Amino acid sequence: MKIHKFELDGDYFVVDPGSGAVHIADRQAFELLDKVKPSIFERYSGIEGGCYAELYDLYKSGLLFSGDDCRDFAETSVDAPLKALCLHVSHDCNLDCEYCFAHENVSERLTMSPETACAAIDMIVERSGERRELEADFFGGEPLMAWETVTAAVDYARANEEKWGKHFRFTITTNGLLLDDEKIAYINREMSNCVLSLDGRRSVNDRVRPTKSGTGSFDLVADKFRRLIQTRDKPGFTDCYVRGTFTAYNLDFAEDVAELARLGFRNVSLEPVTSTPGSGGDYAITQAHIPQIYDEYERLFRLMKSGGVDVNFFHFNVDLSGGACVIRRLRGCGCGNEYLAVAPTGELYPCHRFVGDSKWVMGNVSHKNLDKEIKQYFTKTHIYSKSDCADCWARFYCSGGCNASSYECFGDARKTDSAGVECLMMKKRLECAIALSCLRVV
Amino acid sequence: MNTKNHIKTVTGKTLKQTAEKGGCGKCRASCQSACKTSCTVANQPCEANQENA
Repeated sequence: MKIHKFELDGDYFVVDPGSGAVHIADRQAFELLDKVKPSIFERYSGIEGGCYAELYDLYKSGLLFSGDDCRDFAETSVDAPLKALCLHVSHDCNLDCEYCFAHENVSERLTMSPETACAAIDMIVERSGERRELEADFFGGEPLMAWETVTAAVDYARANEEKWGKHFRFTITTNGLLLDDEKIAYINREMSNCVLSLDGRRSVNDRVRPTKSGTGSFDLVADKFRRLIQTRDKPGFTDCYVRGTFTAYNLDFAEDVAELARLGFRNVSLEPVTSTPGSGGDYAITQAHIPQIYDEYERLFRLMKSGGVDVNFFHFNVDLSGGACVIRRLRGCGCGNEYLAVAPTGELYPCHRFVGDSKWVMGNVSHKNLDKEIKQYFTKTHIYSKSDCADCWARFYCSGGCNASSYECFGDARKTDSAGVECLMMKKRLECAIALSCLRVV
Repeated sequence: MNTKNHIKTVTGKTLKQTAEKGGCGKCRASCQSACKTSCTVANQPCEANQENA
């Protein structure tokens, strides 16, 4: 029954979380919403015209102070067929990024064999039920260090997908060091999505993303990324993001988004660094940084609103008129249920961030059995089973956030902290995203 | 009341409406963490809608 309202640069926005409705108000309506509530609307209904009558009309139409009637969908949900895999084809990497989490639970830098990758393809086909569209994401470490495994899995799937009645969409996430013209051509032919890791300005990138010898990586990869994007013209293969990380070292990260745009990268994702509380280095983002991060998101909002930065910034995208159905929004990524990660050994985990943690092993691609208890646990992990989500205005936008992050922070995948840095940043990004989307419409 | 002067509805499509034909699972997986190209699920397109468009 709660609404969320916020002001940004003199515009007033109202979100009705229960229905999903979004409104732009004038100041009078915005302030009146502090005073009215459902009990008042029920008591005073006959006022003709004016601001109150407009709000009353929205209330009666189910677009203000609406109840949340989606809980039943979550509580009656059943486990789903598998539709996506994250293949850790290499736990080795040729960069030495300061903030990398990939080796937290991994002591050996193994490479997945082509046979294991193909067995993973077989497994998702067998466990996907009636679903036709399947996804496999090549991740690491650095997946180009296991190129033979990548191409073996892709070629195997392509050779058999028609016979299986399936279609695979592949994604690769790469630091770019090993890219060459042959790999670029293959990626642009086979990978419907491509994620290119670069943190923005040269100085920012090179501070946290050095090579093994300690030199910066920016100049080694930026031109390769441009070449990949410029030759990426296959119809339907439009997804290609330069994806960076911002840390406490570059809280002026709007400059990095602007620099990536200036370099010609139109699709940019720049995300806050993840770190386990108490274990992060100087790069870690803490509560003390939140005011500056809010200011910076607002600065980026203004740059995009004015056209000063012409970029498709991933975190400021929100589809207000369509988008995912509410069933999907109840649990977001679907990890441990319809999405699994595969370690180089073939071990299965709920997602890439659980890989290497023995408590979360769900099986192996070479076995037929999958841990039903863990799968069921994640089937029942949704916005209503998380500690701080059921009443949060953002629940149908973020779907309760990242389960692995909750587990790392609190030791419990179902615990969330609405006042924690992740939730605070998420809500700020959402406000900017909603505001931008609204201003494009009206 | 159709014309409003004090508040404009940008989207009035209700979540409950999306539940009626929802849950088909055709949409792409998304990552909610910050380590992949994460997004809010709210920017995920509904692929069933796209097929029917």
